[in-house]
Amino acid sequence: MRPLFRFWPDLRSRIGVYILVLVLTLLANGIQLVVPIITGHIIDGPIAHRDLSGLWLPVLGVLLIGIAEAVGMWARRMIVAPVVSHWEVTWRSRLFDRLQYTSVAIHDSWESGQLLSRAVNDLSQLRRFFAFGLPFLLSTPIVLAVGTVMLVLMQPVFGLIMIIMAVPAIIAVAVFEKHYRETSRRSQDTMGEVTTDVEESIQGIRILKSFGRSPWAAERFSEISTRLKSLEIRKAKLDSWLWSVLLLLPTLAQAAIVAVGTWGVIQGWTTIGTVVAAVTISMVLRMPIEMLGFLLADALMALTAAGRYWEVIDIRHDITDADGGVDDAPEVGHYRGKLRFDDVDFSFADTDRLTLQGLDLTIEPGQTLALVGATGSGKTTLASLVPRLQDVAAGTVSIDGVDIRDMPVNELRHLVSVSFEDPILFSTSVAENVEMGAPGASEEEIWKALEIAAAKDFVSRLPDGLDTPVGEQGLALSGGQRQRLALARAVIGRPRILVLDDPLSAVDVDTEDRVQRALREILPDSTTLIIAHRPSTAALADVVAVLDEGRIAALGTHEELLESSKLYRELMGASASADSAHTQTDTTASVTEGGHS
Amino acid sequence: MSMPRLDSDDEVEALPADIAKKARALLMSLVRPHLAMLAFLAVIVVLTAALLVIGPVFIADALDTGVPAAIDGDLDPLLRAVTLFVLSAVASAILAFTSTRLVGITAQKILFTLRERVFTHVQRLDLGYHEKSTSGRLVSRQTSDMESVQQFLSYSLFETALAVLQMLFIAVTLLVLDVPLAIVVFAGFVPLFFITKAAHSTQRSAYRRTRTSIAKVIVHFVETMGGIRAVQAYRRQPERRGTLSDQDSRYRDANTDALRGVAWFAGWTRLIGNITQTVIIVIGAWLVIEGWTQIGVLAAFILYLRRFYGPLDELVQAFNLYQSASAALEKIAAVLDAEPAVAEPDRPVRLPAQSGAAGGTGSGRSLDLAGVRFAYGDGPDVLPRFDLQVPAGQIVALVGATGAGKSTLVKLVTRFYDPTEGRVGIDGVDLRDLEDAELRSSVVMVTQESFLFAGTIADNIRIGNPGASDEAVVAAATAVGLDGYIRRLPEGYATDVKKRGGRLSSGQRQLVSFARVFLADPDVVVLDEATAHLDIPSERLVQNALATVLEGRTAIIIAHRLSTVEIADRVLVMESGRIIEDGTPDELISGTGKFAQLHQAWRDSLV
Repeated sequence: MRPLFRFWPDLRSRIGVYILVLVLTLLANGIQLVVPIITGHIIDGPIAHRDLSGLWLPVLGVLLIGIAEAVGMWARRMIVAPVVSHWEVTWRSRLFDRLQYTSVAIHDSWESGQLLSRAVNDLSQLRRFFAFGLPFLLSTPIVLAVGTVMLVLMQPVFGLIMIIMAVPAIIAVAVFEKHYRETSRRSQDTMGEVTTDVEESIQGIRILKSFGRSPWAAERFSEISTRLKSLEIRKAKLDSWLWSVLLLLPTLAQAAIVAVGTWGVIQGWTTIGTVVAAVTISMVLRMPIEMLGFLLADALMALTAAGRYWEVIDIRHDITDADGGVDDAPEVGHYRGKLRFDDVDFSFADTDRLTLQGLDLTIEPGQTLALVGATGSGKTTLASLVPRLQDVAAGTVSIDGVDIRDMPVNELRHLVSVSFEDPILFSTSVAENVEMGAPGASEEEIWKALEIAAAKDFVSRLPDGLDTPVGEQGLALSGGQRQRLALARAVIGRPRILVLDDPLSAVDVDTEDRVQRALREILPDSTTLIIAHRPSTAALADVVAVLDEGRIAALGTHEELLESSKLYRELMGASASADSAHTQTDTTASVTEGGHS
Repeated sequence: MSMPRLDSDDEVEALPADIAKKARALLMSLVRPHLAMLAFLAVIVVLTAALLVIGPVFIADALDTGVPAAIDGDLDPLLRAVTLFVLSAVASAILAFTSTRLVGITAQKILFTLRERVFTHVQRLDLGYHEKSTSGRLVSRQTSDMESVQQFLSYSLFETALAVLQMLFIAVTLLVLDVPLAIVVFAGFVPLFFITKAAHSTQRSAYRRTRTSIAKVIVHFVETMGGIRAVQAYRRQPERRGTLSDQDSRYRDANTDALRGVAWFAGWTRLIGNITQTVIIVIGAWLVIEGWTQIGVLAAFILYLRRFYGPLDELVQAFNLYQSASAALEKIAAVLDAEPAVAEPDRPVRLPAQSGAAGGTGSGRSLDLAGVRFAYGDGPDVLPRFDLQVPAGQIVALVGATGAGKSTLVKLVTRFYDPTEGRVGIDGVDLRDLEDAELRSSVVMVTQESFLFAGTIADNIRIGNPGASDEAVVAAATAVGLDGYIRRLPEGYATDVKKRGGRLSSGQRQLVSFARVFLADPDVVVLDEATAHLDIPSERLVQNALATVLEGRTAIIIAHRLSTVEIADRVLVMESGRIIEDGTPDELISGTGKFAQLHQAWRDSLV
């Protein structure tokens, strides 16, 4: 039950309202008992005595209670509605925020659908539980306790019968709880898998379509949703056991009360009136007992949902400011922009193999360094260390001698601007996507940045120019166009340090050349780390570093390296350019796949 | 250059006018296969309702006659009454057991069918639809909307029937007991009718708002988590948080309104029930005192009245779950209602058998674009009218600046879009006459984005051909130079791409895409910037492998790195949607046209 108890602070902050809801729930239960008593009184009294004048007072009573009941019901729902709706939204915003600051490595280890199903399905389950399940779950035992006490006071033997009946009920509940909890967990996890699969099947639609693999995807989906179906059916089957037991036991208790009661009347230790009253009370108790089954199932689902929610909230943030938090807008100091990697090791959390090993590299302020290396040599990993999307395992990355881990994360990210190999655009206008790199930039500055990225022409031809919506919800841009918008975003802030991960792979050579020259002219002060595959890119850099086996294998200008490094010549295709590509099988041997990137 | 002019998501979201009808039709079509089961459940409902009414009669009988008789020494009436009561209780329990199971099973079967139907339909929808829609929106259909439907199916269908039946039983009993009093009770239904009508329209609109707003929340959530690298690197967290809270507050308000609508509806219903009860007491008392009605009748009447209005709460609950579910079903129906612009043929034509004349490892097919023009909707022409013939086995390089229309052209060849005018034929068969499965086994495209699906690396390569043997998978990986890397992973080919050590760089992901093509063994291969993320040696390796594989096959290759041209038989240069140059690489290089310039620039960019 601990995951549910952890919502106590939220509950406490609205405890007044919530207690009112509980009281109204209890009253609603209580009124069910009172009205029959009054109506019985009316029939036995005024009506039996044909006394119209004596009728008005109790009738008024019934009317008032009736109105009170309706108003109470209305009020309970009116009060609880905004509270629980607000909670659901609050919890989602906490979950969202936790994830926003969770490091990329941890994000990569989660299936996306598992996060989404927590944010949506689990939280709406929790909302329902706190709105209805919990108040009834809390008030039902009180009603049962009061009823049992009444029975005991009336005749201890009848109370005893109810208590004996409770034993198998509790056993049934205990057995049910164990199985149901496990099934509910598996079912909710499977719901996450369904979500992931749906998401992938849509995001990967081009691949599925071009290979005609939609039937394959449908089969995969079918397998998961069959699993979900069986788990849900298993839940229904477990429900059916508990509910029928909870339906049967109170009626058996009633029969026992009648039988034992009759024996008692014969023996003389009780009266018929007491037996009738006891049966009436046990009748009233049947409803809450039957409901208990439903409430319990609901509570267990809520428990699972809560557990899944806390799993995310409990994710430890490993990339933070010194105080363990992340300041959204720290003060940004002045740096010249000397970027230095010093004896850097990097490995992914779940493997011992080092992707980067003892890597040393220095980029002087304003210098442009091209990083080249084979596919999978760790170039992207190296780039991701600079804005601390990942942290080094050993060694340091520093700017002007300051370890980047000693800076507030967002100060660092203010200094460092990145453009990724898979350009990420958000569902908003072109202008806003570019402006992200320099919030508050003028339109003029945006156009300037677009010009540097060779995106001005195509943007001005978009239907609404800068205001054209792009991203997943907007215009379908080509890969090269998206890359150039992402590049414009990276350069607009004239960042101290610019990290460009293969920023123009989908752009023709001509455009690439223009962009690179513009970058040098307009951002002469930015320290630039550019990941490159093409000789033209490398040739324009001040210095080129070759990444191999997790360390810098060679460093120098393009021309120097062409002279001195066999590996570099191979990477640049130099040894092959003279011959025809058809015969170039000898270069393949040297393609190194040193690790992840 | 021109762009597809797309609707915003809101417009996609806008529901057709008759959507409520379509949602009902959808629900009916889902329920129809289970009619026999529902009929059986109806019998259970009748029995359950009957037992609910009868059970108390036995216990009353035990108290009224059994106990006094037992005291007089005759145990039989008591035993009989108690036995009957216990039997009815056992029967109730068995019925509850059966109905809970059957309802659960039926509801899950219906949901399963609906999920599958939505999934396959979404897969059938053309790329144009997917490009203007967002993954998050479609995900919300399969998750949050599905959940609403599930709530209704699992918790309401049976309860509604039971409540209605119970009320019916009691209504008959009331009529038998006393007609005038019964009429008073039924008079209570007049205001109830109007309240229900009013609730119907307010709740419907509130639930529609909940569905729409939660979908927006989901879209935002999916986009933020998918782009977490950019969110963090560009410090977008506060802004993203702000958008979420805007959208979520709209959801919260809609949800509060919906729940408060329930409060009003439930409150009024209860109030009417309680007032009716008071009126009955007054009128009944008057009737009894005037001597028109028996006192016992009034007592019974009041007792039943309470139970008559009891199920109304259930009905209110069911009504709301129904409203919520139908708002969700409307959204789902709208997705199912969208027709793919690229439709399956009514009478598919088969491709002619391979002549085998092409020789080589594969066998190519000819492509024929005749009088083709393409525009997005009513927009300007992206590709003005043109003709193009590609003979079987030819390797064509498509060259031109970004936005020249290269990608659009190959999207026509792969039938991601249909031409606005003219026809695209493969071996003389119009693509529109081919069944999708046949087209896709014949024409395969690899794009710049290489998406990996959850699962092992082997699974991902096998997308090219799900039936491929392990050896074939390894051979494909070896051909593209991925084998060495995979073997060094903790679990080799069985490594999960999302787990332990399975992270692939974008270059490696592209190699996976290529390995898929090797397995797919198509007649026509289309490569759209498929080597962009590779380093030059890897690209060479892939290209050499391709040269072998493409021998005899037809291929269209788009690449900015003109190294591709080395394996091409023919080069097409595109500009502003037109093919401006067409010839063998040697012809064009030695000429003075655009390609000669491009090629020179590319030569210069090399070392």
